[in-house]
Amino acid sequence: MVVVPFAVLFGVVGTEAGLNITEVMGFSVLVIAGASQFAALQLMVDNAPTLIVVATALAVNMRMAMYSASITPHLGAAPLWKRALIAYLLVDQSYAVAMNRYEQAPELSVAQRCAYFFGTMTPIAPMWYAMTLFGALVGQEIPPEYALDFAVPITFLALIAPALRTLAHVAAALVSVILGLALAFLPYNGGLMIAAVVAMMVGAQVELWMERRRG
Amino acid sequence: MTQSASEIWLIIAAMAVGTFLIRFSFLGLVGDRKLPDWVLRHLRYTPVAVMPALIAPLILWPTATGGQPDAARLLAAAVTLIVGMVTKNVLLAIPAGAITLFGTLYLLG
Repeated sequence: MVVVPFAVLFGVVGTEAGLNITEVMGFSVLVIAGASQFAALQLMVDNAPTLIVVATALAVNMRMAMYSASITPHLGAAPLWKRALIAYLLVDQSYAVAMNRYEQAPELSVAQRCAYFFGTMTPIAPMWYAMTLFGALVGQEIPPEYALDFAVPITFLALIAPALRTLAHVAAALVSVILGLALAFLPYNGGLMIAAVVAMMVGAQVELWMERRRG
Repeated sequence: MTQSASEIWLIIAAMAVGTFLIRFSFLGLVGDRKLPDWVLRHLRYTPVAVMPALIAPLILWPTATGGQPDAARLLAAAVTLIVGMVTKNVLLAIPAGAITLFGTLYLLG
Protein backbone atom coordinates (compact mmCIF):
# COMPACT_ATOMS: atom_id res chain seq x y z
CA MET A 1 0.00 0.00 0.00
CA VAL A 2 2.63 2.46 -1.14
CA VAL A 3 -0.11 4.90 -2.13
CA VAL A 4 -1.36 5.56 1.41
CA PRO A 5 1.40 7.92 2.62
CA PHE A 6 1.56 9.71 -0.75
CA ALA A 7 -2.18 10.25 -0.80
CA VAL A 8 -2.25 11.54 2.77
CA LEU A 9 0.76 13.75 2.11
CA PHE A 10 -0.82 15.21 -1.02
CA GLY A 11 -4.00 15.98 0.90
CA VAL A 12 -2.06 17.65 3.71
CA VAL A 13 0.33 19.62 1.48
CA GLY A 14 -2.47 20.59 -0.90
CA THR A 15 -4.62 22.16 1.79
CA GLU A 16 -1.57 23.73 3.44
CA ALA A 17 -0.74 25.32 0.08
CA GLY A 18 -4.18 26.90 -0.06
CA LEU A 19 -6.35 24.52 -2.08
CA ASN A 20 -9.80 23.69 -0.78
CA ILE A 21 -10.91 20.08 -0.31
CA THR A 22 -12.79 19.91 -3.63
CA GLU A 23 -9.71 21.11 -5.52
CA VAL A 24 -7.44 18.65 -3.72
CA MET A 25 -9.86 15.83 -4.52
CA GLY A 26 -10.12 17.09 -8.12
CA PHE A 27 -6.40 16.45 -8.53
CA SER A 28 -6.43 12.97 -6.99
CA VAL A 29 -9.59 11.75 -8.72
CA LEU A 30 -9.19 13.33 -12.17
CA VAL A 31 -5.41 13.27 -12.61
CA ILE A 32 -4.57 10.26 -10.39
CA ALA A 33 -0.77 10.62 -10.81
CA GLY A 34 0.97 11.49 -7.54
CA ALA A 35 4.36 12.81 -8.64
CA SER A 36 2.83 15.17 -11.21
CA GLN A 37 0.30 16.41 -8.63
CA PHE A 38 3.12 17.29 -6.22
CA ALA A 39 5.06 18.98 -9.04
CA ALA A 40 2.02 21.05 -10.05
CA LEU A 41 1.33 21.99 -6.43
CA GLN A 42 4.90 23.19 -5.91
CA LEU A 43 4.84 25.33 -9.04
CA MET A 44 1.43 26.76 -8.10
CA VAL A 45 2.86 27.78 -4.73
CA ASP A 46 5.72 29.46 -6.62
CA ASN A 47 3.06 31.26 -8.70
CA ALA A 48 4.39 29.86 -11.96
CA PRO A 49 2.24 30.55 -15.06
CA THR A 50 -0.52 28.02 -15.76
CA LEU A 51 1.17 26.82 -18.94
CA ILE A 52 4.42 26.02 -17.08
CA VAL A 53 2.53 24.21 -14.31
CA VAL A 54 0.70 21.99 -16.81
CA ALA A 55 3.75 21.40 -19.06
CA THR A 56 5.94 20.36 -16.11
CA ALA A 57 3.29 18.08 -14.65
CA LEU A 58 2.76 16.39 -18.02
CA ALA A 59 6.54 16.03 -18.47
CA VAL A 60 6.62 14.10 -15.18
CA ASN A 61 3.90 11.82 -16.60
CA MET A 62 5.54 11.23 -19.99
CA ARG A 63 6.93 7.92 -18.73
CA MET A 64 3.35 6.62 -18.89
CA ALA A 65 3.50 6.73 -22.71
CA MET A 66 6.13 4.03 -22.31
CA TYR A 67 3.74 2.01 -20.12
CA SER A 68 0.92 2.48 -22.61
CA ALA A 69 3.09 1.28 -25.49
CA SER A 70 4.40 -1.81 -23.71
CA ILE A 71 1.06 -2.95 -22.28
CA THR A 72 -0.84 -2.56 -25.59
CA PRO A 73 0.30 -5.92 -27.06
CA HIS A 74 -1.46 -7.58 -24.07
CA LEU A 75 -4.63 -5.45 -23.92
CA GLY A 76 -4.98 -3.88 -27.37
CA ALA A 77 -7.77 -6.31 -28.38
CA ALA A 78 -10.04 -5.32 -25.46
CA PRO A 79 -13.22 -3.27 -26.08
CA LEU A 80 -12.69 0.49 -26.28
CA TRP A 81 -14.46 1.28 -23.00
CA LYS A 82 -12.24 -1.17 -21.16
CA ARG A 83 -9.11 0.27 -22.75
CA ALA A 84 -10.23 3.78 -21.78
CA LEU A 85 -10.81 2.69 -18.18
CA ILE A 86 -7.44 0.91 -18.13
CA ALA A 87 -5.79 4.09 -19.44
CA TYR A 88 -7.34 6.12 -16.62
CA LEU A 89 -6.03 3.56 -14.09
CA LEU A 90 -2.59 3.08 -15.69
CA VAL A 91 -0.32 4.04 -12.78
CA ASP A 92 3.16 2.85 -11.76
CA GLN A 93 1.83 0.09 -9.48
CA SER A 94 -0.86 -1.37 -11.75
CA TYR A 95 1.51 -1.32 -14.73
CA ALA A 96 4.28 -3.14 -12.87
CA VAL A 97 2.01 -5.78 -11.31
CA ALA A 98 -0.03 -6.45 -14.46
CA MET A 99 2.97 -6.65 -16.83
CA ASN A 100 4.61 -9.12 -14.48
CA ARG A 101 1.49 -11.31 -14.56
CA TYR A 102 1.04 -11.10 -18.35
CA GLU A 103 4.63 -12.18 -18.95
CA GLN A 104 4.30 -15.12 -16.56
CA ALA A 105 0.92 -16.26 -17.90
CA PRO A 106 0.75 -15.72 -21.68
CA GLU A 107 -2.19 -18.15 -21.92
CA LEU A 108 -4.61 -15.66 -20.29
CA SER A 109 -7.45 -14.42 -22.51
CA VAL A 110 -7.86 -10.70 -23.13
CA ALA A 111 -10.92 -10.66 -20.85
CA GLN A 112 -8.92 -12.35 -18.07
CA ARG A 113 -6.07 -9.87 -18.52
CA CYS A 114 -8.53 -6.95 -18.20
CA ALA A 115 -10.07 -8.55 -15.11
CA TYR A 116 -6.60 -8.96 -13.59
CA PHE A 117 -5.74 -5.32 -14.32
CA PHE A 118 -8.95 -4.02 -12.73
CA GLY A 119 -8.32 -6.38 -9.82
CA THR A 120 -4.94 -4.76 -9.13
CA MET A 121 -6.58 -1.32 -8.99
CA THR A 122 -9.66 -2.27 -6.96
CA PRO A 123 -7.86 -1.74 -3.64
CA ILE A 124 -5.47 1.00 -4.89
CA ALA A 125 -7.75 3.60 -6.52
CA PRO A 126 -10.37 3.92 -3.70
CA MET A 127 -7.52 3.99 -1.17
CA TRP A 128 -5.88 6.81 -3.14
CA TYR A 129 -9.08 8.91 -3.12
CA ALA A 130 -9.96 8.17 0.51
CA MET A 131 -6.49 8.83 1.89
CA THR A 132 -6.22 12.09 -0.07
CA LEU A 133 -9.47 13.18 1.56
CA PHE A 134 -8.16 12.12 4.97
CA GLY A 135 -4.95 14.11 4.38
CA ALA A 136 -6.91 17.16 3.25
CA LEU A 137 -9.06 17.06 6.41
CA VAL A 138 -5.94 16.67 8.57
CA GLY A 139 -4.14 19.42 6.64
CA GLN A 140 -6.81 21.93 7.57
CA GLU A 141 -5.92 21.36 11.23
CA ILE A 142 -2.12 21.60 10.91
CA PRO A 143 -0.53 25.02 11.46
CA PRO A 144 1.95 25.96 8.72
CA GLU A 145 5.01 26.20 10.99
CA TYR A 146 5.47 22.44 10.81
CA ALA A 147 7.99 22.76 7.95
CA LEU A 148 5.56 21.22 5.47
CA ASP A 149 7.21 23.37 2.82
CA PHE A 150 9.84 20.67 2.75
CA ALA A 151 7.45 17.76 2.19
CA VAL A 152 7.67 18.01 -1.61
CA PRO A 153 11.50 18.07 -1.82
CA ILE A 154 11.74 15.13 0.62
CA THR A 155 9.11 13.13 -1.27
CA PHE A 156 10.76 13.71 -4.64
CA LEU A 157 14.22 12.89 -3.30
CA ALA A 158 12.85 9.64 -1.89
CA LEU A 159 11.26 8.82 -5.27
CA ILE A 160 14.36 9.67 -7.28
CA ALA A 161 16.98 7.96 -5.09
CA PRO A 162 15.94 4.36 -5.86
CA ALA A 163 15.68 5.29 -9.56
CA LEU A 164 19.40 6.12 -9.73
CA ARG A 165 20.17 2.59 -10.90
CA THR A 166 22.62 3.22 -13.71
CA LEU A 167 25.32 5.72 -14.64
CA ALA A 168 22.89 7.17 -17.21
CA HIS A 169 20.23 7.84 -14.56
CA VAL A 170 22.83 9.45 -12.27
CA ALA A 171 24.19 11.60 -15.10
CA ALA A 172 20.69 12.77 -16.06
CA ALA A 173 19.86 13.64 -12.44
CA LEU A 174 23.16 15.53 -11.96
CA VAL A 175 22.68 17.59 -15.13
CA SER A 176 19.11 18.27 -14.02
CA VAL A 177 20.29 19.57 -10.63
CA ILE A 178 23.12 21.69 -12.04
CA LEU A 179 21.03 23.31 -14.79
CA GLY A 180 18.02 23.64 -12.46
CA LEU A 181 20.16 25.72 -10.10
CA ALA A 182 22.16 27.60 -12.76
CA LEU A 183 19.02 28.60 -14.69
CA ALA A 184 16.82 29.29 -11.65
CA PHE A 185 17.05 33.01 -12.45
CA LEU A 186 15.08 32.59 -15.71
CA PRO A 187 11.49 33.90 -15.54
CA TYR A 188 8.42 31.62 -15.60
CA ASN A 189 10.44 28.61 -14.35
CA GLY A 190 11.84 28.35 -17.89
CA GLY A 191 15.08 26.97 -16.47
CA LEU A 192 13.22 23.88 -15.28
CA MET A 193 12.09 23.00 -18.81
CA ILE A 194 15.56 23.53 -20.31
CA ALA A 195 17.17 21.52 -17.50
CA ALA A 196 14.71 18.65 -17.98
CA VAL A 197 15.17 18.43 -21.76
CA VAL A 198 18.97 18.60 -21.60
CA ALA A 199 19.09 16.08 -18.72
CA MET A 200 16.89 13.66 -20.66
CA MET A 201 19.21 13.91 -23.68
CA VAL A 202 22.27 13.40 -21.48
CA GLY A 203 20.69 10.28 -19.98
CA ALA A 204 19.96 8.87 -23.43
CA GLN A 205 23.47 9.65 -24.71
CA VAL A 206 25.18 8.12 -21.67
CA GLU A 207 23.06 5.00 -22.14
CA LEU A 208 24.19 4.75 -25.78
CA TRP A 209 27.79 5.30 -24.76
CA MET A 210 27.56 2.56 -22.12
CA GLU A 211 26.07 0.15 -24.66
CA ARG A 212 28.90 0.83 -27.11
CA ARG A 213 31.51 0.30 -24.42
CA ARG A 214 29.95 -3.02 -23.48
CA GLY A 215 30.23 -3.70 -27.18
CA MET B 1 -0.58 30.60 -4.06
CA THR B 2 -2.34 33.42 -5.90
CA GLN B 3 -4.28 31.47 -8.55
CA SER B 4 -8.01 32.05 -8.78
CA ALA B 5 -10.42 29.14 -8.47
CA SER B 6 -10.94 29.10 -12.24
CA GLU B 7 -7.17 28.98 -12.88
CA ILE B 8 -6.84 26.10 -10.41
CA TRP B 9 -9.62 24.17 -12.17
CA LEU B 10 -8.08 24.94 -15.55
CA ILE B 11 -4.81 23.38 -14.31
CA ILE B 12 -6.64 20.32 -12.94
CA ALA B 13 -8.62 19.88 -16.17
CA ALA B 14 -5.57 20.30 -18.44
CA MET B 15 -3.54 17.86 -16.34
CA ALA B 16 -6.42 15.37 -16.26
CA VAL B 17 -6.95 15.45 -20.04
CA GLY B 18 -3.21 15.52 -20.83
CA THR B 19 -2.39 12.66 -18.47
CA PHE B 20 -5.27 10.58 -19.78
CA LEU B 21 -4.14 11.14 -23.37
CA ILE B 22 -0.57 10.09 -22.47
CA ARG B 23 -1.92 6.87 -20.89
CA PHE B 24 -4.44 6.28 -23.68
CA SER B 25 -1.89 7.05 -26.43
CA PHE B 26 -1.00 3.52 -27.48
CA LEU B 27 -3.91 1.65 -25.85
CA GLY B 28 -6.50 3.72 -27.68
CA LEU B 29 -4.96 5.81 -30.43
CA VAL B 30 -1.77 4.35 -31.88
CA GLY B 31 -2.44 0.67 -31.23
CA ASP B 32 0.03 -2.19 -31.15
CA ARG B 33 3.12 -0.54 -32.53
CA LYS B 34 6.56 -0.37 -31.00
CA LEU B 35 8.05 2.94 -29.98
CA PRO B 36 11.32 3.70 -31.77
CA ASP B 37 14.38 2.96 -29.65
CA TRP B 38 15.48 6.59 -29.49
CA VAL B 39 12.09 7.66 -28.09
CA LEU B 40 12.14 4.92 -25.45
CA ARG B 41 15.70 5.87 -24.58
CA HIS B 42 14.57 9.46 -23.82
CA LEU B 43 11.32 8.54 -22.04
CA ARG B 44 13.25 6.31 -19.64
CA TYR B 45 14.92 9.40 -18.18
CA THR B 46 11.94 11.77 -17.85
CA PRO B 47 11.43 11.30 -14.08
CA VAL B 48 15.11 11.71 -13.16
CA ALA B 49 15.41 14.64 -15.59
CA VAL B 50 12.41 16.66 -14.38
CA MET B 51 12.19 16.11 -10.63
CA PRO B 52 15.78 17.01 -9.59
CA ALA B 53 15.65 20.37 -11.42
CA LEU B 54 12.34 21.12 -9.71
CA ILE B 55 13.54 20.45 -6.17
CA ALA B 56 17.23 21.49 -6.27
CA PRO B 57 16.47 25.20 -5.81
CA LEU B 58 13.92 24.37 -3.08
CA ILE B 59 16.56 22.43 -1.16
CA LEU B 60 19.36 24.96 -1.55
CA TRP B 61 17.24 28.11 -1.23
CA PRO B 62 14.12 27.22 0.81
CA THR B 63 11.30 29.79 0.76
CA ALA B 64 10.66 29.18 4.47
CA THR B 65 14.06 30.70 5.37
CA GLY B 66 13.75 33.56 2.89
CA GLY B 67 16.00 31.76 0.42
CA GLN B 68 18.92 31.28 2.81
CA PRO B 69 20.56 27.80 2.78
CA ASP B 70 19.53 26.02 5.95
CA ALA B 71 21.48 23.28 7.79
CA ALA B 72 18.40 21.30 8.87
CA ARG B 73 16.95 21.13 5.36
CA LEU B 74 20.29 20.31 3.71
CA LEU B 75 20.90 17.53 6.23
CA ALA B 76 17.37 16.17 5.78
CA ALA B 77 17.83 16.15 2.00
CA ALA B 78 21.15 14.30 2.28
CA VAL B 79 19.69 11.68 4.65
CA THR B 80 16.65 11.12 2.40
CA LEU B 81 18.85 10.66 -0.68
CA ILE B 82 21.29 8.30 1.05
CA VAL B 83 18.59 6.17 2.72
CA GLY B 84 16.69 6.02 -0.58
CA MET B 85 19.77 4.96 -2.55
CA VAL B 86 20.93 2.36 0.00
CA THR B 87 17.56 0.78 0.86
CA LYS B 88 15.79 1.46 -2.49
CA ASN B 89 12.75 1.95 -0.27
CA VAL B 90 10.75 5.15 -0.71
CA LEU B 91 8.76 4.49 2.45
CA LEU B 92 11.91 4.40 4.58
CA ALA B 93 13.53 7.38 2.89
CA ILE B 94 10.63 9.80 3.53
CA PRO B 95 10.36 9.21 7.32
CA ALA B 96 14.17 9.22 7.60
CA GLY B 97 14.26 12.66 5.96
CA ALA B 98 11.30 13.96 7.95
CA ILE B 99 12.74 12.80 11.28
CA THR B 100 16.10 14.38 10.40
CA LEU B 101 14.39 17.66 9.49
CA PHE B 102 12.19 17.90 12.59
CA GLY B 103 14.96 16.54 14.86
CA THR B 104 17.52 19.05 13.60
CA LEU B 105 15.06 21.96 13.69
CA TYR B 106 14.21 21.00 17.29
CA LEU B 107 17.85 20.65 18.39
CA LEU B 108 18.89 23.91 16.72
CA GLY B 109 15.92 25.59 18.41
